Amino acid sequence: MSRYRAQELVEQALAASSADGQVAYVVDSSEANLRWAGNSLTTNGAMRSRQVVVISFVDGGAGMAAGTVARSGTPDIAELVAASEQAARDAGPAEDAVPLVSDAPPGSGDWDADPAETSIGVFEEFAPALGEAFGRARDRDDLLFGYAEHSLSTTYLGSSTGLRLRHDQPTGRVELNGKSSDFSRSVWAGVGTRDFLDVSVAGLAAEVERKLAWSRRRIDLPAGRYETLLPPSAVSDLMIYAYWTMEARDADEGRNVFAKAGGGSRIGERLAALPLRLRSDPDAPGLESAPFQVVGGSSGAASVFDNGMATPAVDWISDGVLTNLVRPRAWALRTTAPATAAVDNLILEDPNATASLEEMVASTDRGLLLTTLWYIREVDPQTLLLTGLTRDGVFLVEGGEVTGAVNNFRFNESPVDLLGRITQASRTERTLPREWNDWFTRAAMPAVRVPDFHMSSVSPAS
Amino acid sequence: MAGPRDVDASFLALPLSALTDAALTRAVDLGCEHADIRVERIRTQSISLRDARLESLADGEDLGLAVRVVHEGTWGFAAGVVLTAAEAVRLAEEAVAVARVSAALSSDRVELAPEPVYPDAVWVSDHEIDPFTVPDGEKTALLTELSERLMAADGVEHVQSGCTAVKEQKYYADTAGTRTRQERVRIHPQFTALTVDRATGAFESMRTLAPPVGRGWEYLTGGSWDWDRELAEIPELLREKTKAPSVEAGRYDLVVDPSNLWLTIHESVGHATELDRALGYEAAYAGTSFATVDKLGSLRYGSELMHVTGDRTAVHGLASVGWDDEGVEAQRWDIVRDGVLVGYQVDRNMARLRGMERSNGCAFADSPRHVPVQRMANVSLQPAAGGPSTEELIAGVDRGVYVVGDKSWSIDMQRYNFQFTGQRFYRIEGGKLAGQLRDVAYQATTTDFWGSMRALGGEQTYVLGGALNCGKAQPGQVAPVSHGCPSALFEGVSILNTVQEGGR
Repeated sequence: MSRYRAQELVEQALAASSADGQVAYVVDSSEANLRWAGNSLTTNGAMRSRQVVVISFVDGGAGMAAGTVARSGTPDIAELVAASEQAARDAGPAEDAVPLVSDAPPGSGDWDADPAETSIGVFEEFAPALGEAFGRARDRDDLLFGYAEHSLSTTYLGSSTGLRLRHDQPTGRVELNGKSSDFSRSVWAGVGTRDFLDVSVAGLAAEVERKLAWSRRRIDLPAGRYETLLPPSAVSDLMIYAYWTMEARDADEGRNVFAKAGGGSRIGERLAALPLRLRSDPDAPGLESAPFQVVGGSSGAASVFDNGMATPAVDWISDGVLTNLVRPRAWALRTTAPATAAVDNLILEDPNATASLEEMVASTDRGLLLTTLWYIREVDPQTLLLTGLTRDGVFLVEGGEVTGAVNNFRFNESPVDLLGRITQASRTERTLPREWNDWFTRAAMPAVRVPDFHMSSVSPAS
Repeated sequence: MAGPRDVDASFLALPLSALTDAALTRAVDLGCEHADIRVERIRTQSISLRDARLESLADGEDLGLAVRVVHEGTWGFAAGVVLTAAEAVRLAEEAVAVARVSAALSSDRVELAPEPVYPDAVWVSDHEIDPFTVPDGEKTALLTELSERLMAADGVEHVQSGCTAVKEQKYYADTAGTRTRQERVRIHPQFTALTVDRATGAFESMRTLAPPVGRGWEYLTGGSWDWDRELAEIPELLREKTKAPSVEAGRYDLVVDPSNLWLTIHESVGHATELDRALGYEAAYAGTSFATVDKLGSLRYGSELMHVTGDRTAVHGLASVGWDDEGVEAQRWDIVRDGVLVGYQVDRNMARLRGMERSNGCAFADSPRHVPVQRMANVSLQPAAGGPSTEELIAGVDRGVYVVGDKSWSIDMQRYNFQFTGQRFYRIEGGKLAGQLRDVAYQATTTDFWGSMRALGGEQTYVLGGALNCGKAQPGQVAPVSHGCPSALFEGVSILNTVQEGGR
């Protein structure tokens, strides 16, 4: 990529520092993607990039200040270091200042090894299989749309306190959308993957074909509250939003759904009637993510001073009770509470669950079975009321069987409120969030039953 | 008099000609019908403050190059970051390799609509002060001072504020001979005041209405927006909002302020008239459109008052350029005329597919790493010539709601069913504002909503709103876009009470 290896750039930046402290990290990324529409490939690409980030810490007398400068490509390191030091001097003392992390967290990788890379070749078996799926769809007069992407990002993080940490993050996703040729029926199947070795195009295509067959009978239903089965993808998109809102400082300051009337946070409060557990774990099989923090800019959820901090497994909700919120070290010190870092995966499980989604359908007298949710936006932060649409398959279940496809709906629901109304959860499985997979792909969720899911109005979209 | 501005010398000093020769020569040697190269440098700075203290100052620069080819009727694309002739050759070869992998799976032959050649084209957006020439300390000091004014006000417990600034420099060259170099500057300062009632756990916020614009740092200092007035008004507006009654759900006449209506236009007209959506290219992701090509020229989109244009030419418009990312000159055209769908936003391949003489110039890539796709022009609702003021529109409503500022937005994948909230809602009684309302959202179907438009404000109500963060395509790309509109009156729109919607 350039004449210097990423590790050399980190060492050069640290050596060039005249500040009181420095964190430097380099992310070497490669990515390949295929996109298709109407049984034909549309766009594609292969990209490589490098991001170099230098964060300088300067004590101006009144407290430590931080300045971040990031450059892509092949920047001049001396210039980058000087710019970040100037930014720190201009910034004034930081509210989140704490001593830099010096203890290496467990599980960081081989510093000296070259970055992992991907290329268009990752689709060597996927592409012909996709071509076969196009052919079968064409034979049925159906259309396939979708996207496949694989990326590998290797992060090398070094600090003036002696940290030398490395993490390889593979991320992959496939979305397959099937439509009837008149676009009136539309269904979806998707999967997250680390390496594409576990992706079965035939399996995804079969799911699409089955759901298109379910959609042949069309049933119009009005807005209202319905007994609803949300499959893992739909559950993940709602829970991810709740996770993104789990900032301790906002809660302590009374400004998010996890704030308690009268002051303080809702930690310790029962949120779910079932013994649900919502957790993150950097070592979760198939969902592995960085075991340490990499932070370019401070916010309520993360601090540049916490770069390199271990991000161990954490329960956000345990036995149905809110147990932890995301809390950078500085806010933890201010509130004498534990520092807790966000982890880039999310798992919801009911430890007592035994049923599969198919078994939940079979035990449903009358209800709706969703596929995915779309265009989820916050309506009221007080309750975390979210709005959004059902997408690519709302099925009517009668007498334990799918009897047809229903129109789409706009829903208005809060994931925090829903937790308290879930009456059944299935076994947990890996799933691909439909709405948020540009940012978040590592999720494992159950399907859940909600007796009174609020469909606010009908959407004519298909 | 000074001549027209050029792009920064430091960008023009990059080896643009050598990269062009290397990439395009290699692509032609490999048998490409078309090839283009883009070199881009994008500076971004995000400053955020929490309670009037600097929280984060992040300064980024993205520099790279991309080669796109049409090889035997198939697209190929490759991007990199090393600005050498050898890398440009490698990217041309990789783009052709990608095209070969794709060919087996592609059934549509790519052809581009013709466009005149512009051998030496220069365009720089209209701005006075490049934000990246202002010292960080000076920028932070001004944002801190403005935030402190809000913090000092009675009832304001927290202030979230910040400013995003972008400078985008782009060079484009293609095998037809077009060479363009362009520079765009944009900025978005925002200030939000929050109030918290500890006893009840209730909290409420209000944000400045100042839109993102294609201007420089002078947006904060030069008088084009009255920051002093807006920041002075917010605490009292917020106090009034916390004490306002909860809305009674039902149908109301709405007077929608441009600060809210721009986003409704963006979602229900802007995206719905993107031809790639209508053709299904975005079907699995951003979605399709109810405004399908068989309805061009006949679909009744809204009332006869409705005249919507697309343009990439509006001064200070976030989607304004000189030439798009396929070398097509910026244009302005009709999308809805007399309430009827008459036009789409297209790129060169789609223009050819639809038999159009020429693309209207909507190709855009958000970074040197991404392939250009059809992105939104400035899609704007034209005001009524000699039309009424906002106050005159309100005076014509007996029982209604006046909607100000955007907040929450959501619309379905065919752009029918939408739901929006706002920064503030006022009850209208007997033609007069009668205090704020809480917990309001409006929900409608696109053609019903635009069909209910009974009056349009005049030019004096016209404001250019917009967003820096419009998302589309896979891999995801973010585009800036502006939408101008007047105030407008809509009859009998469904208003929801969001507390009731939440089941409380």
